[in-house]
Parts: sequence; structure tokens; C-alpha cells
Amino acid sequence: MSEAPAAPRAVSADPARAHGIDLLLKPPPPRAGWRLLPARVGAMCAVELQKLRHDRTELYTRAVQPALWLLIFGQTFTRIKAIPTGGIPYVDYLAPGIIAQSAMFIAIFYGIQIIWERDAGVLNKLLVTPTPRSALITGKAFAAGVKSLVQAVVVLLIAALLGVALTWNPLKLLAVAAIVVLGSAFFSCLSMTIAGIVLSRDRLMGIGQAITMPLFFGSNALYPVSVMPGWLQSVSTANPLSYEVDALRGLLLGTPHHLASDFAVLFVAAAPGVTAASALLGRLAR
Amino acid sequence: MTPDTAPPGTARADAVACAGLTYAFGDHNAVDGLDLTVRQGEVFGLLGPNGAGKTTAIRCITTLLPVPAGMVRVFGHDTAGDRMAVRRLLGYVPQQLSADAGLTGRENVALFARVFDVSRGERAERVTQALAAVDLAEAADRLAATYSGGMVRRLELAQALVSAPRLLILDEPTIGLDPIARTGVWEHIGAVREATGMTVLVTTHYMDEADQYCDRVALMHRGRIRALGTPAELRAGLGARRSAAGAAHKAPPTLEDVFRDVAGSGLDDEAGDFRDVRSTRRTARRVG
Repeated sequence: MSEAPAAPRAVSADPARAHGIDLLLKPPPPRAGWRLLPARVGAMCAVELQKLRHDRTELYTRAVQPALWLLIFGQTFTRIKAIPTGGIPYVDYLAPGIIAQSAMFIAIFYGIQIIWERDAGVLNKLLVTPTPRSALITGKAFAAGVKSLVQAVVVLLIAALLGVALTWNPLKLLAVAAIVVLGSAFFSCLSMTIAGIVLSRDRLMGIGQAITMPLFFGSNALYPVSVMPGWLQSVSTANPLSYEVDALRGLLLGTPHHLASDFAVLFVAAAPGVTAASALLGRLAR
Repeated sequence: MTPDTAPPGTARADAVACAGLTYAFGDHNAVDGLDLTVRQGEVFGLLGPNGAGKTTAIRCITTLLPVPAGMVRVFGHDTAGDRMAVRRLLGYVPQQLSADAGLTGRENVALFARVFDVSRGERAERVTQALAAVDLAEAADRLAATYSGGMVRRLELAQALVSAPRLLILDEPTIGLDPIARTGVWEHIGAVREATGMTVLVTTHYMDEADQYCDRVALMHRGRIRALGTPAELRAGLGARRSAAGAAHKAPPTLEDVFRDVAGSGLDDEAGDFRDVRSTRRTARRVG
């Protein structure tokens, strides 16, 4: 059952005394009430950015698909002129939809990361810190938002290279960032909620694949709601991606939009998302 | 007033006090009426084979599994009602190698400094001290993916130490490590404990390690404690029982002999459930 440990090494492990450890004797004072949530969100977002800094492979490979959508689908349909876009080139009309789509694709698989963290013991370790579950989920949701935001910048640059006439108004770009983060927060919470129900990576991968395309095609990312059949219009009305695309298109291209209601819908969708994912986090911890 | 019922945070409160702790998965009691007291400042070993209930007990103590009020207290704080206070006192190293391979050693520790509310002004120095305490100062800015198994374990120790915990909980800290790395991990645990005076609660199924490094041990089998005391007391007790029974044994008893004696029959077919084995294999694979 047991195996004898080796004799103590010649170099004694006595670093605690060799180095100053005065700070390790003093517990940090707890952060007060409202400051806890932004602190945890900041911590989770910092980790995401650090990982991207060390390994940008995912950033490059994830840029391929949106580039193809804009380059092939966008430019071809611009020539066909089959989709009513209100007078703007189709590739311009498509660009905000592709930004929303690539952000959603990142967020919708975020639940796989939390299952990996469960399997690796990382999740349990975080759950044993003074972090309420809702703060942990909110932190993860915003981290997914930050990751999506970096991706959105890449897609914006590709769109600009293809000659899409985007706004460069800093205030509008700030609002674009807020919409992308909010949309990704919702989709990552949806993913983490499903993770809390199915509990396995393989199942979540299947469900993720099954819902991403219906969410994408059942939105206004590729075509306006007015050309959809009645039943698809109903799907689009209940689909948060449509509100995200509506806001992005309005901000980036200046098309008619409903910015206030778009923000409100995304916010109202993200809040129960956080609640549901937090409630199911305990199932993952077991 | 007994130590385990002393008011929270007082000098008299035991580090851990479990009273009749029971936790069931379905109709199987993984922990079945566990009474356990860990005194302040000691290294306490919870021993037993896979499936004995050690990890479930640890998960109840660390607030990961919900238990009714009054069953588990950490320094007098009830884990059912005062979770945040309990978590602020804990440093936890789970069974799996849980450092994030995509971050550097320093970033791994900094994350835990942040989630324990270490202020920005103090963070860098505290992280440096935690890394130096486990001999990782030179490797601090390398990705954890490049670390050996023993280094990852020491990194996890630094993650746990950065918040100055009063109770360090380690679940199978040496599983899957080679003998040199195992000794290194134990030496660092001992050095840090000596320097900080913190209490250490460790689970292991390596009886020889427990014999060498723990002040007191509890032998756990099928969710219950079968023997409790210092390793020397337990070995001497078995020796006395053997003498009384007139049994002729040439070698003095080991802790493993004590365990076989108190666990009785059924020990050899107790191999833990599939999840235990899978988790152990995953850890072993990650340490190479």
C-alpha cells in the first residue's frame, strides 16, 4: 500500500526562514460589501487576458471563420443584392452580425472551461475562497466578455480591411464594447447553466453545437427580420443575439436601432443567467 | 466550555471540530458519523484507502459540501452558517494538480492573492514571499506547464499560503509524485508550518508518510474513524495487543499493520469507486 519515501535531501527545505515571510503571517483584511464583486470580476478578467498574452493561437484560429464569412459570404451576397439591407453594401450589413456571432461562439463554449476547471480541481479551489458563487459566475461571465471583446477587435480590423464603412467614434465604440461584453456574459451564463445540468464536457459540446447554429440563423445577423417567415420572426424576437446585432449595427453603421431596449434586454437576460448558473454551480462542485 | 464550542476566533477554539458528521451520496454514507477534533498548531493526518471517506470529509470541512448546522466547526465558526468566515481561514490544496498551466507561477499565486482581497500595494511582495517560501522564486515567471509534478505541488502550496491561512488542508498532496518530490513537498509543509504555526490537516493513504510527518493521525475506513492517536501510540497499542494475545511477531508493528488490525476484513477489496480511481489516474498522468 505504501512505499518508503526517500531519505531527506541534502539540501534542506528551509526556505521559510531563509526568506522573509512576514506578510504570510498576516491575513489580508476582507474587502467590504460592494467592492467584492468588481474585485472578483477584475481577477477573472486578468486571468483571461494573461492566458491570451501567453498563447495567442486561439485568437488567430478563431479569426479564420469570421474572415471567411465576410470575405466569401459577404462579398458574394453584396454582388447578388438579394437581401434588402436598406441601401448599404451587404458586407457592411453583415459585419456587425459576424462580430456578434464570433463573440457568441466563444461564450457558448465557456461552460466547457468550467467543467475542465472542475475536473482539474481549480473550481473547487476557487469555491473555497471567500467568493460567493454569484460573484464567481459573474467574474467568469465578464472574463468570457473580455475574451470575446479581443475577438471582436480582430473581426473589426478584418472588416475595416475589407472596406466596411464603420464608425470610429470612440463613444460609440465604447458602447459596442459594452454590448459585446453583455451579450457574451449572457451566452456564457447559458453555457455554464447547461454545464451545471449535464456535468460532462462531451454532452456540453454536443448541446453547444446543437444550439449555436439555430441561435445564429434565428437572428438578424445574416438578414433582416422582415424577410423571415412568421415563425422565425418569433424565434428572433426571443433570441438575445438579435438584440445584440441590432445594437451593434446601429452603433457601427448608423442604421435604425433600438439601443435602449437592446441594452435592457441583454441586461435582463444576463441577470437570470448569472442566477441560474450560480444555483447550479454546487452540482459541479460535488 | 469545551474547546470545540468556544466562541469563534477565540484562542481556545479547536482548528476543526466535527460532531457526528454524516454525508451520503444517494443511499451510501460516504462519511458515517465522524467525530474528529484537530487541535490548533498540529499536523493531523486523515488516513485511509480510496473510498474511505477522507475526501468527502475534507469537502464538508472546506464548505464545498453542505452539512447541517452544528456538524462542522472551523476555529469555532460553523461551516453551515458562517461560510465566508471559514473560507478566509483556509488554505486548500485539492487532490488533483490544480495549477493553471496557461499561467506563470507568479500569475497563479497572484490570482489567489486577488480573490483573498490582498491589496494592490501588498500583492506583488506577498506573492514573491509565497513563491520564495516554496523554493519557486527562480521559476516564478515560467509557465506552470513547464513545471515538474513536485514543482506544481509546491506552487499550489504557495497559492494556499498567500492568504496567510490558519488551517492548511491538503488532500493527498503527494499522490503520483516520485519519492524525492514527496519528501520535498513534506519538507516544505513542515518548514512553513514551523515558521507560521498554522494547523495542517492532510489526507493520505501513504502510511509511512503519516508516521513520519504527522503529530496525530486518524485511521478512517468505510466512513468512520477506526483509530486515533499519535503514530507512536497506535503502534505501541498494537504491539501491546499482540503481546497480550501471545502472537509472535519479529518486526515491530508499522502504522500499516495498525490499520490492517483495526480495519479488519474487507480491506483488500476496498478500492474506491470509479471516480476516485479516475481522479487518481488523471493526477498521476499529469505529473508524468
